[in-house]
Amino acid sequence: MKLNLSKKMIAAAAGLMFVAAAPVAGFAEDTIKLGVVGPHSGDLASYGLPSVNAAKILVEQINAAGGIGGKKIELLVEDTVCDAKTATDVATKLVSDGAQLVLGGICSGSTKAALPIYQDSGILVMSPSATNPGLTQSGDYNNFFRTIAPDDAQAQLDVDFALDKLGYTKIAVVHDKGDYGKGFAEFAKKFLEESGKAEVVLFEGVTPGAVDYSAIVQKIKRSGAEAVMFGGYHPEASKIITMMKKKRLKADFISDDGVKDITFIKVAGKFAEGAYASGPMDTSKNPLSIAAVEAHKAEFNADPGAFYENAYSAVLAMTNAVEKAGSTDLDALKKALQTEKVDTPVGTISFDEKGDAIGVGFSVYQVQDGTFVELK
Amino acid sequence: MDYFIELLFSGLSRGAIYALIALGYTMVYGIIGLINFAHGEIYMIGAFTSFIIATILTILGFPALAIIVLAGLAAVIWSASYGYTIEKIAYKPLRHAPRLSALISAIGMSMFLQNYVLLAQTSDFLPFPQLIPDFAFMEPIAHIVGSSDMVILVVTTVVMICLTILIKYTRIGKAMRATSQDRTMAMLVGINVNRIISVTFIIGSSLAAIGGMLVASHIGQINFYIGFIAGIKAFTAAVLGGIGSIPGAVLGSVVLGLTESFATGYISSDYEDVFAFSLLVLILIFKPSGILGKVDTQKV
Amino acid sequence: MFTLQEIKRSLLVSIWFVFLTFPLMVIRVDSIEKTVQWRWMNMVYVAIGSFLLSFVFRYMLQRKEMKSDDNGDDDKKDKTGRSFIHQGLADPRYRNIILGSLLAVALIFPHVFSTYQTSIMTTALMYVVLGLGLNIVVGLAGLLDLGYVAFYAVGAYTYALLYHFFGLGFWVALPIGGLLAAAFGILLGIPVLRLRGDYLAIVTLGFGEIIRLVMENWGEFSQGPSGVSNIPRPSFLGIDMSLDTALIYTYYLMLLFVIFTIFFVNRLQDSRLGRAWIALREDEIACQAMGIDKMKTKLVAFSLGAFWAGIVGVIFAAKTTFISPRSFTFIESAIILSIVVLGGMGSIIGVIIGAFILILLPEYLRALSEYRMLAFGAILVCMMVFRPQGIIGSIRRTYTYKKQTDGEVS
Repeated sequence: MKLNLSKKMIAAAAGLMFVAAAPVAGFAEDTIKLGVVGPHSGDLASYGLPSVNAAKILVEQINAAGGIGGKKIELLVEDTVCDAKTATDVATKLVSDGAQLVLGGICSGSTKAALPIYQDSGILVMSPSATNPGLTQSGDYNNFFRTIAPDDAQAQLDVDFALDKLGYTKIAVVHDKGDYGKGFAEFAKKFLEESGKAEVVLFEGVTPGAVDYSAIVQKIKRSGAEAVMFGGYHPEASKIITMMKKKRLKADFISDDGVKDITFIKVAGKFAEGAYASGPMDTSKNPLSIAAVEAHKAEFNADPGAFYENAYSAVLAMTNAVEKAGSTDLDALKKALQTEKVDTPVGTISFDEKGDAIGVGFSVYQVQDGTFVELK
Repeated sequence: MDYFIELLFSGLSRGAIYALIALGYTMVYGIIGLINFAHGEIYMIGAFTSFIIATILTILGFPALAIIVLAGLAAVIWSASYGYTIEKIAYKPLRHAPRLSALISAIGMSMFLQNYVLLAQTSDFLPFPQLIPDFAFMEPIAHIVGSSDMVILVVTTVVMICLTILIKYTRIGKAMRATSQDRTMAMLVGINVNRIISVTFIIGSSLAAIGGMLVASHIGQINFYIGFIAGIKAFTAAVLGGIGSIPGAVLGSVVLGLTESFATGYISSDYEDVFAFSLLVLILIFKPSGILGKVDTQKV
Repeated sequence: MFTLQEIKRSLLVSIWFVFLTFPLMVIRVDSIEKTVQWRWMNMVYVAIGSFLLSFVFRYMLQRKEMKSDDNGDDDKKDKTGRSFIHQGLADPRYRNIILGSLLAVALIFPHVFSTYQTSIMTTALMYVVLGLGLNIVVGLAGLLDLGYVAFYAVGAYTYALLYHFFGLGFWVALPIGGLLAAAFGILLGIPVLRLRGDYLAIVTLGFGEIIRLVMENWGEFSQGPSGVSNIPRPSFLGIDMSLDTALIYTYYLMLLFVIFTIFFVNRLQDSRLGRAWIALREDEIACQAMGIDKMKTKLVAFSLGAFWAGIVGVIFAAKTTFISPRSFTFIESAIILSIVVLGGMGSIIGVIIGAFILILLPEYLRALSEYRMLAFGAILVCMMVFRPQGIIGSIRRTYTYKKQTDGEVS
């Protein structure tokens, strides 16, 4: 019996070793490794998966055309669930696997957690959706770039529009309590108060995923707001605007880039008519944007999801920088990103010192007849 | 005063939504003492099934009423089948295992089903067609209570009454009560306990399916994650009312709905969930088995 | 074993699953474009998959039943090799070899494997401690706590905010985090410990959510949903460390802490208090009759469990350098609870193995990427169905009913 016992132990030990040793990856220098990180499961998956699709489509195209400088691009798709702990583990994994470029960090929070690790290894990170101003403005992360406008820029645009173009004096600011939504809402509130032209009659967060928003809508109604400024994503926005119309509340709805998504119009249907949302400039007429959407439809038989175009643009910008710089060295890439303009679905862009995109023109859209129409 | 009434109704309709899901929780708990975490997922599957069927029927040009009935029926059939299958796979082998094992199994099942729908369908939010039309006679009070709120309220009330009758007066209800009191004894007097448990799951899942369809039509969108959030709230409501009790589940849901609604209306929606959970803690401190729960005395 | 009847049954199962998965797997609609997509291939996959899996499922169930028939008598369990780890540990010779080699592997680990491996191993070790902490509450004292993550959050935020507002370092925050979490444990424990079973479970769940929601909404205090960033990693005599060294240092720190926890919990289990917990778990009324102060004993369990969570919270904040309320959701509590139950309630080795499996498995399942969480859920269910007592059941339980054991006091 004792023999039996020790045999089992050896087997167990061997098993343990095998498990521990299996995932050590080999290095191959003949490819450029592009990490794609973001939530691919869990409640935020719908914001993370479109980036993966964008990367897949573009990488397929680039590789079919012979790669960059003869090097093929290899995708390393990793799920962070937008969780800080997983995001840091993923970052160390991508570093170990030899990633040279990273697309992502969908949520600002987990991106912040992971950035120091990428920074330490000199890896370029470009996010399609992390809008927290601190990511670029703090100057802490010299390897970070993004193809989306930070919260404060968007809030400023929306506030100016609401005050100067629409002339509201009473505005309710509502957010979804999230990283992105609350950040936007806080800036909007600050700018509104600083302007002195309008009063913030209500500042509240709604619980995302709640089954019903009628109570908050009644509250908005009582506050006498002429417009609701919403910070957050389209699922909550469509629920709130639907409920507003159903409760016969005649206030306008102004929101951010997270809402300027075709799904918003699809879900809210006729209730979405007349709503305002800020977003990148005239993407619908940009041939690149049309091509990107068509490619997605052809490949996945569905409309692209949130931040798809931002992600698509980010991949274009990064691959272009690699091509121009001729290497994946961070400094060379940064220089290329800052000096070389690149045509993307969100416009012809380059990047500033801090990492924010220049040339991603932002404008306000209104939903008219089921599409977003840019207001000049 | 108007404001109060508006909040009252939004609380009631929220409560009615919770109640439809909470009833399933409470029934399953009453019979086998298991917190069926996968119940929220059944609700979600019900919503998805009715979405798919309703869309197909719309394309085929069916009349509105037929769409509601057929989509609801499909949702009930499939959700019930899922409930039945889940019980057979994940809970039945665990009848005699420690209770916590079944709980973990339920949590695992919930994760599995969420990701199954995510992979089989999509991660995106899908627009759910408005199945319940806006009734003309509701127009004068539409700013207080909408048509779909009304339908949900009515359906919840009807379902609760039917369930109470089922459990109090029918043969199968009697068997259910017997099973919940003492499974071994029920077996001895010739009750097919396995069948009763299956029936409980089927009924609970059917309710969740109806809830899923009505709520999805009310909100106008679905996603693979909706079941989880609604499920936790409904479960809280069931415990609040006294888990295992049918009227308790409805009462708990309404109390929870009203609390959230008034907390939002008069204080701040920032903390609506904090109020909801604090209320739960408070009530349980003073009434340790919920509002209508039976105090179970422990015998030595 | 592949009799005609078996095949027939599997065919029925397969047909049932084809029916079950039909709307979700086969049909995909677009309600705006009014298009329907039929994916018939999926139906074939489901049919074949469920046909094969039903054999496996039945076979496993049969095996489990046969085993439990064999082992009706508890004494036999020792000989079936089921708990060979226990046996190995019971014999001092083997124990020293096993523990020695495990320690050696643990010590050289970061030097052999990559930073990534070290990083996830540190995470796994953190969950070992969390599991052991919760094990005191759930496994030993039998109090079902679904909001354990609240104490973890208290610890993490203690460090983050102490640093943010007062610039206090890791080593100062470590005990404060633990003590504060323990204080929260007592604060919550006093009103709710009168509740029993599932009511306790839901109240603790509510408490966990309350802590998270307060952190999310009280922006001035906790920086709200955007979280606290730039939290320094653990320091060592004020030496500046590179990222790699810092990660390895954190790993060793965590390893040391795990060893300390195992030692402590092991001693605790055999102490007067530990035995009181186990007695309380088995029968509350008998316990009170024996003169055990129920309330005090439970409170100690609760606050001790919370203490550990608080300390790991501090380490967590230091390791990730960033925390936000998103890290402390209910799912986290569920995972820690799963560790305890999967490993085997009340069993230290079980909890350790459970933590390694549940934390490392999803990491290594990354190869499956999209199917990762699906597989994770399925594994949880299968584990419970085929081995409800956990991987390594608590040894005490098997010894309790043994006739006349010499020297084994329980």
